Order: sequence, then C-alpha cells, then structure tokens
Amino acid sequence: MNTSARQTTDLHNQVMWNRLIAVVEEQAATLVRTAFSTSVREAGDLSAGIFDVHGRMIAQAVTGTPGHVNTMAAAVRHFINDIGPERIYEGDVYITNDPWKGTGHLHDITVATPVFYNSAHVGFFASTAHVVDIGGRGYGPEAREVYEEGIRIPILKWAERGKLNRDLVAVISQNVREPDQVVGDIFGLAACNETGRRRLCAMFDEFGLKDLERLAEFVFARTRKATLDALRSVPPGTYHNKMTVDGYDHTLTLSVRVTVTANGMHADFSGTSPLSKFGVNVPLTYAEAYFTYGMLVALAPELPNNFASLEPFTVSAPPGVILNAKHPNPVAVRHVIGHFVTDLCLGAIASALPERIPAEGSGALWNFQASARSADPQNLKPPVELLMFNSGGGGARPHLDGLTATAFPSGVRTMSVEATEQVGPIIIWRKEIRGDSGGVGRQRGGLGQVIEVGPTDGYLFEFSAMFDRVENPARGRQGGQPGAPGAVYLDDGTPFPTKGKETVPAERRLILELPGGGGFGDPSQRDPAATENDLLQGYVSAANRSG
Amino acid sequence: MAGTLIMGVGERSGKQRVRVGVDVGGTFTDIVLQTESGTLHSSKVLTTYHAPEQGVVYSIEQVSRTSGVELGDVNQVIHGTTLATNALIERRGAKTALVTTAGFRDVIETRTESRFEQYDLNIVLPDPLIARRDRFVISERLNARGEVLIDFDDDAARAVIERIGVAGYESVAVGFLHSYRNGMHERRFRSLLKKELSGVAVSISSEVSPQMREYERFNTVCANAYVQPLMASYLLRLRDQLKGIGVGCPLYLIHSGGGLMSVETAAEFPVRLIESGPAGGAIFAADLAARYGLDRVLSYDMGGTTAKIALIEDYVPRTAKVFEVDRRSRFKKGSGMPISIPVIEMIEIGAGGGSIVQVDSLGQIRVGPHSSGSDPGPAAYARGGDDATVTDANLLLGRLHPDTFGAKDILLNPQLAGEAIAAGVGGPLGLDNAAAAVGIVEVVDENMTNAARVHAVEGGRDLSGFSMIAFGGGAPLHASRLIDKLGLDELIVPSGAGVGSAIGFLRAPFSYEAIRSFYTTTADFDYLGANALLAELTAEAESFVRVGLADDRAHEASSVEPAISVERQVSMRYAGQGWEIPVSLDEGEFDEFAAELLAAKFTKSYLEFFGRAIDQLNIEAVSWAVRVSSVEEPAALVELSRIGNRVAPEQTRQMYDPTSSGSVEAGLFPRSRLKPADLVVGPALIFEPQTTTVLGAQHACVVQSDGSLLIRRVQVPR
Repeated sequence: MNTSARQTTDLHNQVMWNRLIAVVEEQAATLVRTAFSTSVREAGDLSAGIFDVHGRMIAQAVTGTPGHVNTMAAAVRHFINDIGPERIYEGDVYITNDPWKGTGHLHDITVATPVFYNSAHVGFFASTAHVVDIGGRGYGPEAREVYEEGIRIPILKWAERGKLNRDLVAVISQNVREPDQVVGDIFGLAACNETGRRRLCAMFDEFGLKDLERLAEFVFARTRKATLDALRSVPPGTYHNKMTVDGYDHTLTLSVRVTVTANGMHADFSGTSPLSKFGVNVPLTYAEAYFTYGMLVALAPELPNNFASLEPFTVSAPPGVILNAKHPNPVAVRHVIGHFVTDLCLGAIASALPERIPAEGSGALWNFQASARSADPQNLKPPVELLMFNSGGGGARPHLDGLTATAFPSGVRTMSVEATEQVGPIIIWRKEIRGDSGGVGRQRGGLGQVIEVGPTDGYLFEFSAMFDRVENPARGRQGGQPGAPGAVYLDDGTPFPTKGKETVPAERRLILELPGGGGFGDPSQRDPAATENDLLQGYVSAANRSG
Repeated sequence: MAGTLIMGVGERSGKQRVRVGVDVGGTFTDIVLQTESGTLHSSKVLTTYHAPEQGVVYSIEQVSRTSGVELGDVNQVIHGTTLATNALIERRGAKTALVTTAGFRDVIETRTESRFEQYDLNIVLPDPLIARRDRFVISERLNARGEVLIDFDDDAARAVIERIGVAGYESVAVGFLHSYRNGMHERRFRSLLKKELSGVAVSISSEVSPQMREYERFNTVCANAYVQPLMASYLLRLRDQLKGIGVGCPLYLIHSGGGLMSVETAAEFPVRLIESGPAGGAIFAADLAARYGLDRVLSYDMGGTTAKIALIEDYVPRTAKVFEVDRRSRFKKGSGMPISIPVIEMIEIGAGGGSIVQVDSLGQIRVGPHSSGSDPGPAAYARGGDDATVTDANLLLGRLHPDTFGAKDILLNPQLAGEAIAAGVGGPLGLDNAAAAVGIVEVVDENMTNAARVHAVEGGRDLSGFSMIAFGGGAPLHASRLIDKLGLDELIVPSGAGVGSAIGFLRAPFSYEAIRSFYTTTADFDYLGANALLAELTAEAESFVRVGLADDRAHEASSVEPAISVERQVSMRYAGQGWEIPVSLDEGEFDEFAAELLAAKFTKSYLEFFGRAIDQLNIEAVSWAVRVSSVEEPAALVELSRIGNRVAPEQTRQMYDPTSSGSVEAGLFPRSRLKPADLVVGPALIFEPQTTTVLGAQHACVVQSDGSLLIRRVQVPR
C-alpha cells in the first residue's frame, strides 16, 4: 500500500474506532436507564465494553468507577476458557459473579454476549453492574468466608441459542432478597449487550466489514505506542511507597514496589499487611484495577481504555496479604481498602513526577449505611434501608488546591438530602464544608465536610460504620501538611466507634467530620491572594492561616 | 445583511396578524416579520452587545422598510434571547446573596461531590455562582412532608437582612430545604426583607423552581436572582423603545419550554429565558413536522459554534425538567450549572462551522469543542484566524465556494484554508490537504451522529423511522451524510433555515408549565393530596396563560374566548430506581381506586421505554406537571411530494463525495431558481444566501410546494 492509501485507511479506521466507542457508550447508557441498583445510577458502578474473538477488549465506555477498568477487561477471556470456544453459539448469553473472574465481589454481575455476523463469530459485548442484593448476610464486612456473602454464580450460560436458562433464573431468584430487581438487572445487562450487538451489525453493514480483526489490530497498535510513549515520562527503575491506614480490625500497612521498564509498569505489593478476618479483603484483580487507573490518570489521561492500554500494567503480591485475597476469603466491601491503592501507587512514582502527582486524599468514601428500625419494640414499623455516599477532601495538586468534598479515585456522586429524606425516617441536619480540614501547603488540601444526621418518626439506626483516615490522615507532599483526620461522635460529644455495627438511638444525632486532603508544597509559599480568599470564604479560620 | 423574502414557510389560510419574531443571539440578531398575507420577511444584523435593544429596534425598522409594513400595524412582537444565558456564563449579573437553611450553606459549592471527568487529575470544578461569603444561613427547618421541625427565627432573619443591607447586595436568592412542599418560610423571609430594604430584588426557590433536589433548586434560584436586575431593566428598556418608534403592540418572550410569556413574568423569572433561542429552533422544526404530518422528527440545528439535536414526536418537542447551562469542559455532563425549569430537551455538542480542528497524542483528528466564532472566524474568512476549522475543510472539499457562499461581506479564501489545514492536520499526520479535509468532515459527522444516537437512547428511543429537519447555517452541508450514517430515510431542508429560531417564535403558543415535587407511591396513594396539587398547578399555569391571552385580545378588540388545552403529567419510577419516566394523566380527579389505574399506566409506559416491565414492585410518583397552552389554529397539511421533474444544472463543480470515496462532478443549483416539483439528482450543491445544501451521489431532492427541499436516498449506500 502506498503512503496516501495507508493514510486514508488509517482515517477510515479512526472513524470506525470512534464509532465503537460510541457503541459502547450507548450500551452503557441503556444500562443506566434501567438499573435498580443505587450504586449503578449514582456512582456509575457499571461497565460496558466490546471485545474481539480472543477476548481482548477493543473499547470500553467511560463510566463512573475505575474498579472495573481491567477487571472486566480480563473477564471475557475467562468466559471463553470456561465455556469452551466450541460451545459458543449465536444467541448465547453468559453470566458470572465470581469475584476472581469478574470484578472483585459477588455483588457485581458480569454478562457477556457473543456477536455473530453472517453466522461468523466476530466478538463479544460484556457489561457489569452492581446489584442490590446477592443473598448471604447482606452487604457488609461481617462474613468470615465468601460463602456467607451470597450466591456465587460460576461462568454459566444464561441463555443458549436464544433460549433462556430458566433453571438458573430460578436458582438466583431463590437466593437473593430482591429477586425482581436482581433478575431485572441481569436482563438489563443482557439487553444492553443486545443494543451493542445490533449497533455493531449495522456498523458492519455500513462499512462493509466482515470481522473486527484488522480494526482491533489498528486500535491496539495505536494505543500500545501511545501508552508506551506516555510511560517514558517515568525513568526506568524501582519506586517504593508505604501507606498506613486505619483498616477494619487492625491498622494496615499498604506497601508497593513499582518497577518501570521500557515495556511497562509492574506493581508488587509485598510488605502489605496480612488478610483481615472481615470482608474488606481485596482480590488482586481489583487492586490491579486501581493501580492501572492511577497510572493512566497520571501518565496518559487522554487514552481510551482497551487491551493495549492496560497490557503494560501488571501486578503481583505474595499469598496472604490483604491485596491478594483468594477463595474463600471474604471480599464483599473490597473497595474500602482497594480505593487506597491508587494513592499508594501514585505516591510511589511521585519522586519521578514531582509536577504531576497530587498529595494523598481522603481516599475511601464515608458512606452512610444504616437500617432504620422501630425504636419502640411495642410499636413495630417496617424497617427502611438507607444509603448515602459522602466524600472527604482530595489531595492538593502541584498547581491547584485539592478538591473539596469530592470523591477520588471513586467516581461516586452524592444523593440529594431532600430525596434521601423522602425515602426514610432520617433527618440530615447539616451537610457542609468543614473549615480548616485541608492540609496546609503552597496548594491547600481539599476540605472535608461535616454531616449531622439522626433518625426521626420513632426510629433508631442500626448503623454499619466503615470510616477510615481517623487515625491516619492523608499525608501532604513536598512540604505540604497532612489533612485533618476524620472524627465520629454523637451530638452530646460521646465518641462513636468508626468500625462495626452500632446503634444511633432515637432522637440523637450522629456527627461525621470527614477527613481533608493533604497539602502540597511549602506553606510559606502560598499565594497571599489565595490565603486571603481562604479567610474571606471561611475555608480557613484566622487561627489556622498559613504563610 | 439585507432583508430576505422567505418563500412559503409562513402561509396559513386567511388574513394573518402582523407578527414579528426577534432572536437576539451572541453574534447575530435575527428578525422575521410575517405580513397579513402570511409572507415572511427576514433580516440578520449584528447584535449590539452593550445595548441589545438598539439592535432590535434597528432591525425592526429595517424589516418594516423591506416589507412595506408600517410599524404601527405590527400586532405582536415575540422575543427570544441568549442574554440571560450569556450573563450567567460571563458572570455579569448583580451582586447577589443566597439565604438558606442553617447547615446547608455549601450545597451549591459541593455540587454532586464528583468529578465530571474521571481521567483528569487537574480537573477544575466550576466556581459556585454565589461565593461562600455571600451565602447566609437562617435557623429554620421543614421535613419532607413540609411540616415545621424548627420555627423560622424572625430575629435571626432581621440580623441577616441588616448584613445584606450594609453590604449593598442588589439581589437576594432564598432557598430553604423542602420549600417545594411548603414555601411558608421563604415567603416569610421575603416579606421581612421587603419591609426592611427597598430596591433589593428577591427571588424565592418555591416560586422559581418548586422541584425536589436542593442542589438543582438552589442553583436555579441563584441564577434567577443573579440575572434578574439586568434582565428586568433590559426588557423594560426594550418595551419603551419599541413604543418610542410606534410599535405599541404587546411584547412577549419565548421561554425555555418553548411557549410565550409576558414581559412581566419574564422580568420576574428571567431564568426561564435561558435557552429560549434554541427552543425557537425546536418549535420551528415541530411546526414543520406538523405541516408535513411527520410524527417522528430529529431536529438538527448547526451553527458556528455548536450543533443541537432534539427529538420531536407527534409534533411536540420532548421536554425535560432540568438541564445544564454553561458546561465548562467540552460540553461534558456535570461540568455546568444545573437549572431546574421546564425546558425543551436537546443535546448540544461543540460541532459547528467554526469548530477548531486539532490532532491528539494518538494521531487522531479532534474537532472542537473550541470555536473560532465569528471573530476571527475560520482561516478562510481571512480575518486573521489561522486555526483549521470545519468550514475550511468544507471549502477544500468543494462544498463551499467563494462564488456561492452567501454572506456578501465574506470572501472565502481557499489558500488560507489550505494553509491552516496543512499546518494543523495534514502536516502532523503526513496527509495531503484533500485527505485531511476528508478526515475532518468524517470526524465531525461521526461526532454529531454519535451524539444523536446516545441522546436517543437516553430518551429510550431508537432513531429508525425518524425523519430529519435540518436548519442553521451549517446543518444543510452535513445533513445528507448524517441521515446515511443514522440510517434515516429522509431529510427536509426548509426555507428560512438560516433564521429558523426566529420563525419558530411565531409558531409558539401561549403556554406555561407548572411543576412541583410531591412524593407518594401506588402502595399508599395520597389521592386527595394529588388532586389538590394538580388543581393548584392548573390554576397557576392557567392564570399565566389567561393573562397573556387577555392582553393579546385586548389589543385586537377580539371577543372570541380563546381555547386552551391542559396537559397533566406525573413522573414515576419503580421504587429504587433513579430515573423517572413521564406518564400522561387522563382528565378528571383521582378517587380511592386511582392507584391501580396509575400503576397500569406506568407499566405501559415502562414497557414502551424499555420493552420489559417488572411485576410486584412498588411504584413511586415523584413530581407533577401541568402544562396549559393556547390552542393554535392547526397548520395546513402540506403533502410531501416524492416525485418531480429532473432539472439539469447550468454549471458543475468538483466536490468530494464520501460514499464514492473520491471527487465527483456536482451540479450547482441556486435555490432561488428552483421551483416546486423540481427534482435535483445528486451529486449536487444547492446554494442560497445563508447556507448550502449538499446532496451526495446517492441522494435526490424534490422541491416541495412550500419551497422546502425533501432529500432522500435513491440507493442504499454500501
């Protein structure tokens, strides 16, 4: 092919690549519209992607949570292995929620659909969503083994040659608390894959394609080159970092050694604390997702996710550490620790990229998760489940203050106070910025927030606490100071445990002070105008002014 | 630009009233005058930015001269404007304070606690419209049922009012929690403020936007308060100056929901003027859809900076209850300011003629979202712009040409366009200019196609079976390619496409949509509450419409009682879901058996949206809306003709055709010389003063009796 013809082909491929991204965005939008799960619609806790026949991801929708970045990317190859290539038929739909083959806990269901064009198998669509219930003890860290966390669905056919596997539907329905919603969400996953399939076939018609192979090679070649180019901004070598966080049952050390070569980056988590007895353990695939997300967001933020952008990033961990949970370790709330992996790994390469890596942030979310129950046992009222996502402050950036009350690395959105109060017997008395909570520095850490909340209408709260960064605040960088640690107490000042099941009595209020982000750079170098504004707006009180 | 006579578009039977539509945009002020015979005369002048009323007055005088209509004979002036939007975007509003419930001072600052861009460590969230030091709190609290938990504290309120007076705020926004259920405390604060401070404007959220969700509602009341002094002053100046030149007829404003409202209402609720220009475009398309009997239409409006796409079903544009203004980052969702008012739903992306083209780190062509605007404009305009733009690519591909480009004051320069494309795209990619231009146009066409698809799926729609109506200066250049990509069968390029919004204003009914949140479920249906709420909303909406109509009728001394229509809707979802879908209500009140009927209606709508309903789940009703509108005389149906007599071009030109993957000889047709029933077979270019319509090799066009171009594919593209 001569140069001009090759260039024209490249343009053509670029257009088709953009189309594939649009197809998976449409696939994801279909899922969001129909999902029952709060975390799908508020947190974008879902993913959608298209894969070639070898199970290599070609395009993925940009959705809210990085936790699925390469967990789902790896899942399709498990589907191919376990189903067997010779048993893949037109009209099939596959399913699993295996934490180690999917996305790290039983609550995420992954559905894959093979696509056929003119009777030839050309690829797969896959999608993942967090469902409202999966049986077992219910969502929380209390289980001691994954068996207690709910039903585990191995890789199976949800449908074969267009015929629904009714036995499987019955088994799932009988093992979850909200069968209509869970089965509804599984149908939603299958339907969004079907939307993708139809669009892909239309695209094949339009562009006269017979398979995805050449397009996939084009996408992978372009992406591989761009990813490796981006990696060059980190000099080859080995980079270490350690981070101490509160943990659930004991203080945890998270440790990483990042090795950078011309061909990629490898994170090894040796030196990390051992597994917990509780379901806060993290399957390695999930730790890998947050490592990869951190590296991509720092080095190559404009690259779309696919097999080739993820391929250079690998992880390892010795058995028995909390970032390498194995069957049957409990893993239900793996995000509580897993979300710290991004800051941990960013911290490792910070010395190589002093102008790019932010200070540590509050990391894990401070989700408010409670069951409202009758305070008076003589006057029984129906229990109501309550869930609110809340975020502390982000770490200061080398040239920008940290984000106030904003999730990172999670992409969670908070819910409206008014909408939450419509749903159940709860009054949120206060939800506002927590002054003086950002770590001081040339750039100030993001501020946390203060939340004051209590039961109403004769209810009390059975409260499931999982709050981190109370003992171990977010650290600053390059002379920046740590953010304020979190605090939890009742309105009369009684300290309240930050982990485990606790009760908030009727007519009392629980006060949550969310942690702030770390500062960046020498506080004495802060722009006086920025300091002035901090005082004016009440972000910092006069007693705490820097500079 | 001189006055232009637009063929056909306005004609209705019988004697018409003389009406004027004025669209004041950021760059141009468009004006359309409809005469007694229904003929439309249009004009386009530059917006007089610092005193926009002067441009309006000037353009009305101009169109009066070209049409021969006396200024005193004008019966009605209908006005839409982006001025409120621009004041928000440019932060040029009043010095404004927010007063809110103690504990909730930062709702407009902490937003949704999320990052609208997952992959950007240096993301900057938009500053709140009202800074923290300008936000004051008062001890008071209602619960979700609107009952008082903490009494309103008069003394604390007076202390805040005193601080507001001392600091010299010009306008005050009041937003208390759950005020959509009970506005008592907000009203109490307003009356205290009015008593203590004169001359300070005040907006309360229970009137501006009585919808649940504090972030959206507080932002909306802040936006209203922020632009209110400016807009009220502008509207009154405009009315006085129109009177001054002898236009004594009523002046109405287009609101974001696509209906008319009085100057007084607009001055009180200027936030409802946001997006009124684009709303005019959607009404324009909806009116055409009704004329042609097309029940599913995709309205596609492309200008210099953005493309806007709206879906129109059964001749009515889809509406939404909340939208975002001022998206800071690449039009990305979440990067703007949410405004919760009734609005015509559309998707806007950074794809216009002036959109700037760049090459990214993957070696991919990226178009927009930045635009060269009208100054300096595309490189080809020779006004000092050196960025490659979509217009430059269209010029190199032979779709635009210096000889046939409408704007008389702009001479397109192909050499400058070529240099810009070589520098910005061709060089970095090693492509010759022709290939680079092909790439640019393909990418922008794909961007628009993909936006349309995702917009449709978010509304639970599949685009197959839709027809496209294309208008705005840029759309007819790209529309035929878009219908191929979207798999649509036909496309209409109407007359007057360049001033579509202003024509749309003339087609709008008097209307008002009252919305309020009220939570109940089908398991525990509060039918009395729902009845009371719907009665209240109907009375509120009807009174706005009746006032407008009475005013209009008084001016004409007509004795006919105008007809109005009332549409009632409730937004419902399965318990646990986050998205509501609209359910239309029948006439009449609910009784104790209503829950079952309502559940059945919801299930039916849900099935239509998603193809699958779920048994045995509780269903929640979240918000209620009543839209009252005047009933307009239906447009005369125009039978679309799909056959015609082929006409030969007098001239041809080389043009790139994407389905032929190469250059083809395209016929050139001045639109002014085409007659009804003429058939133009592609490849062809039909040019007119404000735009050029491109027909690919597989397209043919039949000129309709009203001058519209109906374009269809004659063979299936490969």
